[in-house]
Amino acid sequence: MADEPLVLGIETSCDETGVGIVRGHTLLADAVASSVDDHARYGGVVPEIASRAHLEAMVPTIERALKEAGVAATDLDAVAVTAGPGLAGALLVGVSAAKAYAYALGKPLYGVNHLASHICVDQLEHGPLPEPTMALLVSGGHSSLLLAPDITADVRPLGATIDDAAGEAFDKGARVLGLGFPGGPGVDRLAREGDPRAIAFPRGLTGPRDAPYDFSFSGLKTAVARWVEARRAAGEEVPVADVAASFQEAVTDVLTRKAVRACRDEGVDHLMISGGVAANSRLRAMAEERCAAAGIQLRVPRPGLCTDNGAMVAALGAEMVARGRAPSALDLSADSSLPVTEPHVPGEHR
Amino acid sequence: MLLLALDTATPSVTVALHDGAGVLASSDEVDARRHGELLLPAVDRVLAEASRSAGDVTALVVGTGPGPYTGLRVGLATAVALGAALSVPVHGLCSLDSLAWASGLDEPFVVATDARRKEVYWARYADAATRVEGPAVDRPDDIAARVAGLPAVGAGARLYPEAFPLPHGPGPEHASAAALAALAAARLAAGETLPEPRPEYLRRPDARVPAGYKAVSRA
Ligand SMILES: [Zn+2]
Repeated sequence: MADEPLVLGIETSCDETGVGIVRGHTLLADAVASSVDDHARYGGVVPEIASRAHLEAMVPTIERALKEAGVAATDLDAVAVTAGPGLAGALLVGVSAAKAYAYALGKPLYGVNHLASHICVDQLEHGPLPEPTMALLVSGGHSSLLLAPDITADVRPLGATIDDAAGEAFDKGARVLGLGFPGGPGVDRLAREGDPRAIAFPRGLTGPRDAPYDFSFSGLKTAVARWVEARRAAGEEVPVADVAASFQEAVTDVLTRKAVRACRDEGVDHLMISGGVAANSRLRAMAEERCAAAGIQLRVPRPGLCTDNGAMVAALGAEMVARGRAPSALDLSADSSLPVTEPHVPGEHR
Repeated sequence: MLLLALDTATPSVTVALHDGAGVLASSDEVDARRHGELLLPAVDRVLAEASRSAGDVTALVVGTGPGPYTGLRVGLATAVALGAALSVPVHGLCSLDSLAWASGLDEPFVVATDARRKEVYWARYADAATRVEGPAVDRPDDIAARVAGLPAVGAGARLYPEAFPLPHGPGPEHASAAALAALAAARLAAGETLPEPRPEYLRRPDARVPAGYKAVSRA
């Protein structure tokens, strides 16, 4: 449909400078510049390095996206940007650039929520989101179960990690096993050669009195470290593939078990999984299995749309436009702890 | 021509519009913590005050610092994005040069701004238009001998009177977009090519390298 909104989305909440362009539910361009290699030797994202890289990459990435989409900036109907949550200094680069584009082009600006964007991105892959949507968001920065009756206006947190995010758990597990950063892909690869039932690692917060939808991964990390150290201290060989597989099994078991339970409890017949950890092959397989058994339809965007990207921001921006939500004001600020309950930051009536 | 100047390298969020003959409108707000919120509304206000719109701007000039990184990047990200969206050139000038130009001094002097962590960003000038040393970042004590006897301009000089003992020189304490615009207009009129808008961080990023994997138990 030609009258669907053409929206540019900018994402700079962490270490990816992402710029996406969508028309309604159609993805036209998804350009990403990543500074992940600059952080690898530190074993985590260094905020100042990320912010400097965002400034360097910002305009070139926007121009690349416009070229890829084959549209002129003046054709845009709106500019959307991640207003939070994320790294404050990193967010500020994207917010500043988005405001400048919106202002120069005379187009509305939408400061949107990073987590809601992670959910909304699936509209580009699998069409309109069912309402309500149940979403499991798992990445290096977040692990949340969210119920979204309306992705532009009503997002409710059911549960979240009380310590490490799922992606952090993978990073830390990978470090114990001597794998690189980020840890997810390395663990996934190694685990394919291991036995997931070799070691019974603990499943955090799965007791009958524990919060049903919250996650905890720090105990698991400690258990893996202890197990490996005990083998090393005894002079035994560490079966790294078995450790990786058993560790991965523990993480994905808890994630999928709680997500399926949330769907059942809330009477939602489908589950959406997004975030960088959604690229994990075992998580996908296990979710498919368990959702099928429970009669739940699973929606997982392709890996490139699960990690942080600008297309997801554009997707949510387009939805804001389509539903007539109020744009943000020119004094929009980056909010590193923007609550998930605020899908966007509407401006004051002026 | 219509030159839009902005600078966020010091606590001041400063914007000015220059038509080649003089400053048409300007705005200076001192709030070191709200650069991101204040800058675009200030641009909008300055343009409205001069009865111009964004589309009338023919070039931008932005202060490239040195300055605290987060605030500094607001001005740079805004300027390069405005330039790209409007398809007009974006120039960069050292933010300390705007304080120097605003001082109007015709003798050697020094400009110093607050670099936090008990340091100053500073540069030495032969006159208001001629920088001869810097910009650099140093502890005031370490440069006191080099700047002794020179008038000093800028909030950094106010903060550290033991290193900059002379009374504060003429001109503002913080960067001034009006001065930045006037300086850029003068240099462009003289046929100079102005530098690219690249940030002057002067310090390497703080990057904590986590100590190698630590044992959690002694097994
Ligand atoms: Zn994310």
